[in-house]
Amino acid sequence: MTTTVSPRTTAPAGGKLPPAGGGSRRRPLLPERVRRGGLPYLLLLPALLLEVLIHLAPMAVGVWMSFRELTQFFINNWSAAPFAGLDNFRVAVDVNAPVGEALLNSFLVTCAFTILSVGASWLIGTAAAILMQDTFRGRGLLRATFLIPYALPVYAAVITWSFMLQRDNGLVNHVIVDQLGLTDDRPFWLLGGNSFVALLVVATWKSWPFAFLIVTAGLQSIPQESYEAAAIDGAGMWRRVRHITLPSLRPVNQVLVLVLFLWTFNDFNTPYVLFSEAAPEAADLVSIHIYQSSFATWNFGSGSAMSVLLLLFLLLVTAVYLLLTNRRRES
Amino acid sequence: MRRRRAAAAALLVTSLAAAVTGCGGGGAAQGSNDNPTTLTYWASNQGADLEADKAILTPELEKFEERTGIHVELEVVPWSDLLNRILAATASGEGPDVLNIGNTWSASLQATGALLPWTEENFERIGGRDRFLDAAVASAGAPGQDPAAVPLYSLSYALYYNKAMFEEAGIEQPPATWDEFVEVGKRLTGDGRYGFGLEGSNLSNNIHQAYVLARQHGGDFFDESGEPTFTDPGAVEGVKQWIDFMAEDGIVAPGNAEYAQNQSLQDFATGKTAMLLWQAAGTTFESFGMSEDDYGVAPVPTPSGTPGQGTEVNSMVAGINLAVFDNTDNLDGALEFVEFMTSDEEQAVLNAAYGSIPAVESAQDDPAFDTPALNVLKDALATSAVPLPQVPEESQFETAVGTAIKDLFAEAAAGREVTTELVAERLTEAQQQVG
Repeated sequence: MTTTVSPRTTAPAGGKLPPAGGGSRRRPLLPERVRRGGLPYLLLLPALLLEVLIHLAPMAVGVWMSFRELTQFFINNWSAAPFAGLDNFRVAVDVNAPVGEALLNSFLVTCAFTILSVGASWLIGTAAAILMQDTFRGRGLLRATFLIPYALPVYAAVITWSFMLQRDNGLVNHVIVDQLGLTDDRPFWLLGGNSFVALLVVATWKSWPFAFLIVTAGLQSIPQESYEAAAIDGAGMWRRVRHITLPSLRPVNQVLVLVLFLWTFNDFNTPYVLFSEAAPEAADLVSIHIYQSSFATWNFGSGSAMSVLLLLFLLLVTAVYLLLTNRRRES
Repeated sequence: MRRRRAAAAALLVTSLAAAVTGCGGGGAAQGSNDNPTTLTYWASNQGADLEADKAILTPELEKFEERTGIHVELEVVPWSDLLNRILAATASGEGPDVLNIGNTWSASLQATGALLPWTEENFERIGGRDRFLDAAVASAGAPGQDPAAVPLYSLSYALYYNKAMFEEAGIEQPPATWDEFVEVGKRLTGDGRYGFGLEGSNLSNNIHQAYVLARQHGGDFFDESGEPTFTDPGAVEGVKQWIDFMAEDGIVAPGNAEYAQNQSLQDFATGKTAMLLWQAAGTTFESFGMSEDDYGVAPVPTPSGTPGQGTEVNSMVAGINLAVFDNTDNLDGALEFVEFMTSDEEQAVLNAAYGSIPAVESAQDDPAFDTPALNVLKDALATSAVPLPQVPEESQFETAVGTAIKDLFAEAAAGREVTTELVAERLTEAQQQVG
């Protein structure tokens, strides 16, 4: 981490440059060792302060709120909200009562959604990146086209999907029912069980270009000679991918999958724009569920408790993931 | 290695932070007159779009500035954001001086203590409580407490019907009872057209209709002490009747189950459905190309056919209230502004522009409000409209029960049977969420 070396000519406080050539050096204000070690920290300080201000402080407030009975009666003067102990957490994890049961359902839906969406995004993104590796006419155009879903503003993209997924006037049903004649009934995509599929498709459509982008970048660092050597040895496309591409991409994939996991698990915009205020049970992602539990019911203590639980879960998953992937690499 | 782990940790913290939200501020300050020359005003979206609202309100605000020297900063807030903005303002103490609220939120917002209570003294400063319609004041806060707002624009529901489709089917009069309504609806259904249209995924609209129907069955969603009674037999019957227009009577297209953005108004204007229950829908119909002569307006049906009180109510009291934030730094100016907005003159100008009805009785005499359509709305407000429950949990009720009704419509649309037991079960779950 601290590999930056401060150049010896760093101006001491006061801005005077040390005399050039041969002259005796002025004694620095701080010992050389501290200056060398300290500068990187000094440079990091603004970022660190902002990090505390923007990320950690709200998190701390969220944790504080989770121990309070912060309902509509106290939001005007929330420092007066009574201490609730672990009550908010108890309600959130009691799976035999409706609140806990709904949270558990939402959690399971989110897990299934995340695994499928991240898996599909990674698979499509990696496949596309590998296919785009060799130069051919129109490659740049195709690459740019692939990135469009990632570049579009989320709201505009998802609201367009919500129009396409409408039962009576939507493009999706027009193709499935009117043009291909696959079913006679017009299925609902934004209500009931199908809403899970709709959400999955839209979320994957939105996130696979990111996987594509990262893997494309990762591929640039694999030396062409490895492929040439493999080709001379008679390795086909599939073997080259398996034995050269994927192992070389491992560090990239490690970060990519983690980031995709966290983004997808926490995704709020897609379900919110797609289903507006009340997501169907089959597509009730945990972030939107928490939003409902605090903003719609005005019980911010309960919503914060759920957020804290979510935070702990994600921390745990991430820690285990990093531990496992690092150990595998080290062994 | 270390570097990568640190990078991963930084990434992790950043990503996790999105999971936890926090609020700032807190602590309620009392109103003052520290800043007597300006006011901030959050208006709700009443016109076709935000720009239309600005165009309607700006000249009036200039008039106010000319008379009082107080400059009003206007922001028109879309409905999808308004409640969250108000909650954020309540929590942070950084809000506007004066704001519009949906009248059904009155009691919920009143419970936060963030809004100025309208005591007799405050009412006197704007010309007295008696100037306002009783039903409208009743929807400005919990009974027995000083209202949290004053009524600004009033509305009620009416039955809109397509004259040509009625004529074609040989129907001479709009239905007055629900039996007639269903019978007429069936005659109008067929060939891809439906007798009735609704918005199954619009939570508020579901609540407005189910509440009135529940009252017609002698039920309510809250008892007199304010405790939720969602499984009251009358409430269950009311919800079931609303779903049954689709599930059992088949006079509503299944696709309406996912409507939430006024698609039912478009369907009505384009002749796909023959009847609609809505508040002041005229300007929207016009924007979809339907002229005023093409549709008729009648009172919403009731069990007996004669709207009144008790089990013959036929609309909720719809409307917008005007509230003052308790911690305003221009209290006198805010009261002056409320007086201005509720004056006979401004009530006539603004309600005429928005197609609503003045909340002030004397302003209703203006000829602009003497049209057949507005007279139906006015009559309902004066004689047969009932406010939604004025309890602190009203907002939770709208979300929980509104969502339950949305889910029941999804069941009905998928062709599954919607029994009384199923309705009761969903309402039980909703009540458990409200707690």
